[in-house]
Amino acid sequence: MCLAVPGILTEITPTPGALMGKVDFGGVVREVCLEAVPDVKIGNYVIVHAGFALNILSEEEAQETLSALRELGDIESELASGVDPMKV
Amino acid sequence: MRYLDEFRDSELTKILVDRIHRETTRPWVIMEICGGQTHSIMQNGIDQLLPPQIELVHGPGCPVCVTSLELVDKAIAIASLPNVIFCSFGDMLRVPGSGKDLFSVRASGGQVKIVYSPLDAVKIAKANPDKQVVFFAIGFETTGPANAMSVLQAKALGLNNFSVLVSQVTVPPAMHAILGDPANRVQGFLAAGHVCAVMGYWEYPPIAEKYQIPIVVTGFEPIDLLKGILMTIEQLEKGTHIVENAYARVVSFEGNKPAQAILQKVFEPCDRNWRGIGLIPTSGWKLRPEFSQFDAEQKFSVGDIHTQESPICIAGQILQGRKKPLQCPAFATQCTPEYPLGATMVSSEGACAAYYRYAREVQPRE
Ligand code: SF4
Repeated sequence: MCLAVPGILTEITPTPGALMGKVDFGGVVREVCLEAVPDVKIGNYVIVHAGFALNILSEEEAQETLSALRELGDIESELASGVDPMKV
Repeated sequence: MRYLDEFRDSELTKILVDRIHRETTRPWVIMEICGGQTHSIMQNGIDQLLPPQIELVHGPGCPVCVTSLELVDKAIAIASLPNVIFCSFGDMLRVPGSGKDLFSVRASGGQVKIVYSPLDAVKIAKANPDKQVVFFAIGFETTGPANAMSVLQAKALGLNNFSVLVSQVTVPPAMHAILGDPANRVQGFLAAGHVCAVMGYWEYPPIAEKYQIPIVVTGFEPIDLLKGILMTIEQLEKGTHIVENAYARVVSFEGNKPAQAILQKVFEPCDRNWRGIGLIPTSGWKLRPEFSQFDAEQKFSVGDIHTQESPICIAGQILQGRKKPLQCPAFATQCTPEYPLGATMVSSEGACAAYYRYAREVQPRE
């Protein structure tokens, strides 16, 4: 139930009682409450749970995680081939 | 979909799996707190990619599973009242109460509606001014802001036919309960990523310090989970016990301040009874007195509730990481998702349901 999924914000609609918006989850569009992400901009990725945006997803951090992993992959394959990458 | 597919990439997954195998020299027991992670682990076969020395035990982070039997019985009683529309997340419908479940209330004519968001329940209240609309506000810190928001919105709209039956629970007190138990086997924690999206992880360093245990904030995709597991193993092998974040694209140290402010405004701490586990001090939230008009427990007096738990079900031990579903004699025989004896067989986050759905035949490792 604590599953939350990233989607892209396509519309901001101020509604009485709550800041709302529309989020596109790969084709499925849902109404989402944006009260916890007041600085969000259209085009941002948000993490949504039970119709409520929990946070703006940091694309920069996502890219960093992926590139660190690719680097780790290079080190791993060096290690697997028996060459210590720290010594070359 | 970006940021889902990329974190499921099988080549990148393999890099992490290789690294985990290289780092592991001894047996370690790691608990993933969140039931959503349990399901992702089973669904993606993460447990089967790990070295045999690494045992993952499944934590209590399933709000459907830990909602007390007394509250489930109250929900059933309220939903059975005439003139009530009872709204709930879908998972709660099949959860066994002492006698029946919400699904059977619906089958016998009660108005029980499944909603995706608590805010949908507010909409139903607005559209049905002659009915009392009650929302079953279960959840951990992740769901808390959405649940709180429904109360704020109902207040802003001046609705007097909306109320919530609150079963909010919080993670850090449960970690204390698990680690403080003399029978505890857990040596490292994967902290629940979406709980931390809201709360941050400033609550965890004292726990890591007190129990000398590494805690790594972890997400839900295969790469997130493997990264969290790797970082935990690295700490265990080195003998360190700090709090780290393996889910930085979503989680910051301080968490989401506006969401925390919404929680603060609506809820205050209280003791909660966890199904199968028992009372954990200050492990939950209840409505603040200024919102008592939205409190379904005060609005509807449903008389004495006499709870009766299944004598066979060992869900409590499973939720605390002491037993695995395959050790339950009723698993897949008397107890199935269609005829569940315990909530852990119902919920999409329950460990029994995960083992059943993904047909785990691996014997639990001792
Ligand atoms: S298999 Fe069923 S009876 Fe056994 S612990 Fe799980 S929910 Fe309870």
